[in-house]
Amino acid sequence: MNNTIIINILRFVLLVLAQVLIFNNLNFLGFINPMVYVIFFYWYPIKANKALFMLIAFLLGLTIDIFSDTLALNALASVSIAYIRPAIMRFCFGVNFDFQNFSFKNTTKLQRITFMALVVLIHHLIFYTFEILSIAHILLILKKVFATGIVTLILCILFSSLFSPKTE
Amino acid sequence: MQRIINFVLRYRNAFLYAFFAFISLVMTIRSHSYHQSKFFNSSKWVTGSIYGTGSDVSSYFNLQEENHRLVEENQQLRKLLFNTPDDTITNSLDSTLVVYEVLSAKLIKNSFNSPRNYVTINKGKNDGVHQDMGVITTDGILGIVENVSNNFSTVQSVLNTKSNINAKIKGTEYFGSLIWDTKDYTVAQLIDIPRLVPLVVGDTIVTGGMSSIFPENVPVGVIKKYDLNASQSFYNIDVELFSDMANIKNVYLLENKDKQEIKELEAITIE
Repeated sequence: MNNTIIINILRFVLLVLAQVLIFNNLNFLGFINPMVYVIFFYWYPIKANKALFMLIAFLLGLTIDIFSDTLALNALASVSIAYIRPAIMRFCFGVNFDFQNFSFKNTTKLQRITFMALVVLIHHLIFYTFEILSIAHILLILKKVFATGIVTLILCILFSSLFSPKTE
Repeated sequence: MQRIINFVLRYRNAFLYAFFAFISLVMTIRSHSYHQSKFFNSSKWVTGSIYGTGSDVSSYFNLQEENHRLVEENQQLRKLLFNTPDDTITNSLDSTLVVYEVLSAKLIKNSFNSPRNYVTINKGKNDGVHQDMGVITTDGILGIVENVSNNFSTVQSVLNTKSNINAKIKGTEYFGSLIWDTKDYTVAQLIDIPRLVPLVVGDTIVTGGMSSIFPENVPVGVIKKYDLNASQSFYNIDVELFSDMANIKNVYLLENKDKQEIKELEAITIE
């Protein structure tokens, strides 16, 4: 248990640093800055206290917001993901999710990627909608969501296979 | 009462979510129209130092290019110096006659993709920076200082939907407002130029003398394309910016020494 806390604190700090120092400066194709820190919501323990999870998600988002001067956009998207994560999981992993001994080990790769894709999609949709906040710019929003979303997803899949968590 | 408490306890996560979402929504919507938050911005000590360390490392990668740019600028300034009559130079060194004080700073965080871009620089209160100083690059304008901490400051870039800078067409006195429509980081928009003004694609746009933030005639960009707005009486002009917003390292901060006096006078006049 203690180990999990330390690992999650480390993850928090390293993901924030990676996000603000590396990924926010990528500007791939001029506008794509993948938000890789969403992988935190994939790695975070499944059977954890939900209220604490939301608090941590809020803090994670807010920290990145302060760094990138986009006040509370990341926080809003992150806390929403934290809130609806069980629903997305139930959708992706079916009834298995409700069993006590559920873990990522007994899911297929496709299920995990679907789960990650949904998390990224919802996160980016909330982020860019509120960043621009105008119906007139809907095409711009969708363009940003899909372009950035795909890059984020690819990076997240790479990260998840590179550093596969052992404490599930 | 028991039932209400049970109800709240049962949906406590939903309430918690609503609470967090409400806080972030208020902050987000505030950031669309009001000034940047005083407490949560990247000029603060922790964020500033982390960006400073990051920029110390990454600045080595484009040292050569940056040197080249500085030498080119020096060359231009030398040319100006040698072609100016002697007495103007000695006059301009007289500190009582200097209107604009110039400081230099280094960019430690750049941003040009979001609709509201702020950049962070490595000079703060201790170096004499304060709010509303104009910031320019070697080539053109960059923005206006918004928040200042002891050692760092955040600058509201021209590429910010809240930015509104007085600009005019070079050589004339027709002025308008320079804004940004978020579409392209190389192009800003100049509005409120009356229809009767003769325009040509390629005309230079410079800052106007109406604000005390920038001196008159700081280069902004050139006209890329123009058309009339909905009311058919003013032009909407696309201005291609001189500063390459994606690649800035060294910037200059301008301080108008007469600003206090101008502001006081204006305040009295309005009353």
